[in-house]
Amino acid sequence: MHWEFVIAGYVIVFGLLAAYAFFLVSRGRRLSKQVPTDRRRFLD
Amino acid sequence: MNDTTSSRATRVLGIAALVSLAFSLSFGLIFSPPEVFQADSVRLMYIHLPSVAVAYSCFAVTLLGSIIYLRNGSTFWDLLAGAAGEIGVLFTAFLLISGSLWGKPTWGVYWQWDPRLTSTAVMFIMYIGYLVVRRLELPPDVRSRRAAVLGIVSFVNVIIVHYSVQWWRGLHQGQTIGIDTQLDGLMLFSLFLGLVSFLVVGSWLLVHRFRIAWLEHQLSAQGMERAIAERRAEGGFGLSGSGA
Repeated sequence: MHWEFVIAGYVIVFGLLAAYAFFLVSRGRRLSKQVPTDRRRFLD
Repeated sequence: MNDTTSSRATRVLGIAALVSLAFSLSFGLIFSPPEVFQADSVRLMYIHLPSVAVAYSCFAVTLLGSIIYLRNGSTFWDLLAGAAGEIGVLFTAFLLISGSLWGKPTWGVYWQWDPRLTSTAVMFIMYIGYLVVRRLELPPDVRSRRAAVLGIVSFVNVIIVHYSVQWWRGLHQGQTIGIDTQLDGLMLFSLFLGLVSFLVVGSWLLVHRFRIAWLEHQLSAQGMERAIAERRAEGGFGLSGSGA
């Protein structure tokens, strides 16, 4: 009962989560290439 | 050094996030039983409450970062506060979406101007405002100071959201987790699993978002240094030209 609400909730939340995670990883990759390694000390 | 924002620690955290999410999904959708009154709609609780936990934690980090930034001007804390604010807004959106989808079968409406719902919507808007302030075209220190003040003021609303079910009467139920929690064992375990997995995912997102903010800051500083160097070179050329 009420599965349509449950499925909608899970699909929206996990879909947005996956999209945001993908956005972060790809943006991080793009920015990392533009910054010299000595300025990326958080990765050490 | 790799060309990403990941490191060994974040890879471990990422794997932990994926594994815990898989378990959380299985328990939330399959293994946990339906509730007597709410039937299967109770399964939305396993994403709704964990979203609250992550949003509150992120806003607490924003508060802490803002206070420390105002005290010592630390770039690290300023950027961490901003990153946590963004993740907090994302999970508040999850909270509002899952809450209204849970509200429809439970209360018969997607939205009610109930104290808890209204204060949550206000919290969402306030932190969006915080993110907007962080993107204003202002000198970086002025922008960061204004954002820090807003990051501190906005946290007052987090407290209002949390206690709204005790302070005012409304449709929203009281606290689900407490000393007198009356949840079935498997339901409580599924909720706990959801909390753990969302907190791990939230931490993974926060680390990556912070590193992106750090890279953006470095790029901006690099651009500034280059502009100063160019201006100096132009000035030097002008002086030698006038002397010739």
